[in-house]
Amino acid sequence: MSIIHLSQGLDASRRISFQMPKWLLIMPCIGLLFVWTTFPLLTTIYYSFQRYNLLSPMMTGSAGIENYAYLFTDPALYAAIANTLILVGSVVFVTIAVGTLLAVLFDQDFPGRNIARVLAISPFFVMPTVAALIWKNLLMHPIYGVFASIANSIGLAPVDWFTQWPLLSVVIIVSWQWIPFAALILITAMQSLDGEQMEAARMDGARGIVAFRYIVLPFLARPIAIVVLIETIFLFSVFAEILVTTGGGPGLETTNLTYLIYIKAILEWNIGGASAAGIVSIVVANVVAFILVATVARNFAK
Amino acid sequence: MQKLLKMGLFSTFLAGMAFANSAMAESLTIATVNNGDMVVMQKLSSQFTAETGIDLSWVVLEENVLNQRVTTDVATGSGQFDVVTIGAYTTPIWGRLGWLTELNDLGPDYDTDDVLPTVKTALSVDGKMYASPFYAESSFTFYRKNLFEKAGLTMPEQPTYAQIAEFAAKVNDKANGVYGICLRGKAGVGENVSYLGAVINTFGGRWFDESWKPELNSEPWKKAVGFYVDLLQKYGPPGASSNGFNENLALFSTGHCAMWIDATVAAGMLFDPKKSSVSKDVGYVQSPLQDHAEGARSFWSWGLGIPASSKKVELAKRFIVWATSKDYIKRVAASEGWVAIPPGTRFSTYKLPEYLAAAPFAEPTLKAILSVDTTEPNYRPVPYIGAHYVVIPEFQAIGSTLGQMIAGALTGGSTVDEALDQAQSSTERMMQQAGYYNN
Amino acid sequence: MLSARQRTTLYSGIAGWTLALCLFFPIFWMLVTSFKTEAEAIGGMNSLFFVPTLENYTAINERANYASYLLNSVVVSFTATVLALAIALPTVYSMVFFPTGRTKDVLMWILSTKMLPPVGVLVPIYLMFKSVHLIDSRAALIVVYTFGNLPIVVWMLYSFFKDVPGEIIEASRMDGATTLQQIRLILVPLTLPGIASTGLLSVILCWNEAFWSINLTSTAAAPLTSLVASFSSPEGLFWAKLSAVSSLAVAPIILFGWITQKQLVRGLTFGAVK
Repeated sequence: MSIIHLSQGLDASRRISFQMPKWLLIMPCIGLLFVWTTFPLLTTIYYSFQRYNLLSPMMTGSAGIENYAYLFTDPALYAAIANTLILVGSVVFVTIAVGTLLAVLFDQDFPGRNIARVLAISPFFVMPTVAALIWKNLLMHPIYGVFASIANSIGLAPVDWFTQWPLLSVVIIVSWQWIPFAALILITAMQSLDGEQMEAARMDGARGIVAFRYIVLPFLARPIAIVVLIETIFLFSVFAEILVTTGGGPGLETTNLTYLIYIKAILEWNIGGASAAGIVSIVVANVVAFILVATVARNFAK
Repeated sequence: MQKLLKMGLFSTFLAGMAFANSAMAESLTIATVNNGDMVVMQKLSSQFTAETGIDLSWVVLEENVLNQRVTTDVATGSGQFDVVTIGAYTTPIWGRLGWLTELNDLGPDYDTDDVLPTVKTALSVDGKMYASPFYAESSFTFYRKNLFEKAGLTMPEQPTYAQIAEFAAKVNDKANGVYGICLRGKAGVGENVSYLGAVINTFGGRWFDESWKPELNSEPWKKAVGFYVDLLQKYGPPGASSNGFNENLALFSTGHCAMWIDATVAAGMLFDPKKSSVSKDVGYVQSPLQDHAEGARSFWSWGLGIPASSKKVELAKRFIVWATSKDYIKRVAASEGWVAIPPGTRFSTYKLPEYLAAAPFAEPTLKAILSVDTTEPNYRPVPYIGAHYVVIPEFQAIGSTLGQMIAGALTGGSTVDEALDQAQSSTERMMQQAGYYNN
Repeated sequence: MLSARQRTTLYSGIAGWTLALCLFFPIFWMLVTSFKTEAEAIGGMNSLFFVPTLENYTAINERANYASYLLNSVVVSFTATVLALAIALPTVYSMVFFPTGRTKDVLMWILSTKMLPPVGVLVPIYLMFKSVHLIDSRAALIVVYTFGNLPIVVWMLYSFFKDVPGEIIEASRMDGATTLQQIRLILVPLTLPGIASTGLLSVILCWNEAFWSINLTSTAAAPLTSLVASFSSPEGLFWAKLSAVSSLAVAPIILFGWITQKQLVRGLTFGAVK
């Protein structure tokens, strides 16, 4: 059914019929989300100023800014912020680069494209903990992992991934998992790329890289900006992969903000301290989002 | 339109399913860890249900996740679990907080005197038992008998760490993928710190002095951790800093390690020819000593406890007695074989001739467990109880940070002194914030 | 000799398949490992040739009722996704076709609701659900997931709806379409690939979410993530079994992914509407 046909099937008297008021359309979403997220945020702010440890019920009362003072004098905080930014930045970069490549490649109708597409987005189907365990033990382990076997068979020394490059190893695992996310959004976005425009450009002699730079990339600018923003916020909470592979170590090399909160909230059951760290994490995320919107993700609302 | 209607119906169906409730018979919900003995208990639970008519629902999780899940539930008094699996670290803390039901009337069949005193003490507070033990372990030194023979070495019944270092140097064979010694290196309070706790004790270090001031960068600590880092860097496998129990088990059972110091439970796994390719030449002796015997062995016990918020205390007690009795051990033997019975909890287990015949590591395990005294974890006076761990709520966070620092020293990212200094300052801050002392 | 067009297709095909196989390899390895014994699982490439065994799958079957976990996962994931889409669709419609000066701020606020790491709010949320007796219920998970995924669903729909020329909606309004008709008859058919992708990603996010699904459930409402988590063990080799249980958890999603990606057809070119 073509669009025009659809449109003609409607009320022919051509009066503007009932349009739902804008606020009614938006209110359910905003209202519900507001109610749902305000409660945790308020409790977190409240607890960050309290002394509250789940395992020490005797310890109560206001802590003033003690939790924050303690947090800001903790060297682990700054390492955590740095690691978070490195981790998020690297993963976003890799996933967008590979995702864009996949979007362009899968735009061509080659044999078995559908199957290859499902294979390419399969990493996202696996639970993060399982993915991390498979990478760490079955693939990357320097003695009985697959990579080590391959390296040995061609005479190279196996890389001791988690000893020499712990943060990079975590970045590899997380990127692998999130490439499908970027790829799926960008592949879908490509569906709306005007086929006629591409055809016309090709007939004018613009091929390959030129077509990519001047037609595809500007078109993908908005979805890419959106992917950057969504991934950044999601990747701040990366934690399962770190817990299962390196436990935050060696030293503080793979401790990110969420892992720091985990140690405080779940190992120490220091709800007060964890809440303070949570607030700091939100502030950092907001700053990063603000910077992104002003630079890389300018185009997200165009 | 059709499509929307279908979607609408489907959504309603889903919503209906979402709120569906299943009817409940007399039942117990048990939260437990995923280790071999509990898997067997799950398997045998049909026997319990057949005998008593009580249904059992199991929530099985990995140790750390279980701790998290159960603590959340018990601390908020939610009553989701009727029986919980808790360890020697958690039990005294929760017992003191009043979160557990005292297990003082388990009936005549239970035979409390049969329970090993070490284990009973570890799961009690002021003489009151809060969890009934079904499993306990200590530590062994595992070694490859054939490799030692080839090198002309004999492993004594009670080695010292100095000897271990010597042996490691002699049997180390990197070219053939055999490493002198494998030890836990992965950062974590249940991983590398779990191993090192005992080492530090035997080198004479203690976690806190009598006024709760931490001593993490004292001389004995530096000696102990320095020795460990040196040993592993010289004679350990690559990837040591992310190897935990399982990775080392994998390495040893595929022939890559000449020695391995870890939990006694590994003995059964290494002996099983289906799981280990070195089952024929595994040897085991007591774990090494250095200068002091107090706290020199690692120790752990899992027990079954009843949250105070449970509404089914009597039923839960019935289950606990069934699952941790002498009879149960014979049940497991009948179903899984003698090697697979839950070890380390009762004297009577170690008098069963069939068990001793099937498991040559049984008596050394008993000896190792009995050598532990959780009320005296160090040769110097200390304000805490424990073994390789310390029974205070802050220990998990302290241990986690310490583990990270030591893993960093192992990879060469920092020196041992730096790592311990950082751990010390972090621990000082934590202890002060928690109110143990003021500075 | 191939034409330029054919060459492009060929090279794209080779590159595309290579990349796809590389990305798929770890999962392939996981599937293979699920048919090995524990000892073989840690043998690396040495065990490339081995006798497949079903012992891991049998062990899983003995220990747990896969169907019950599967049902919970399906109900929770799909209900949460449907709800999130239902709430988001009208909202994004309004934001895209009738934007105001505030629209950008609203979008950023929606995104910011995901900035609080869940780990930090475990206890308050747990207490909240406890007070309404919804611990260990599918409803609790559905609520958490619907609101957890709402921001991402909104943003993704926003991205895809933005590609629809406003003139089409305007034209249908002129023709007398109500809001509902505009959405149902014009917008949705045009953006079906986008809605399908959004739905797929939302389902996957719910399916693999392992924090709330373990902490808010115990027996009745435990989804597949709980089943998988129960096979992680710090004391004892478990990678073959974990591979098996994870394969069982992934299989339904691969099926759903296959069905969904068939919607990714570039059939509706907006140029034609002009």
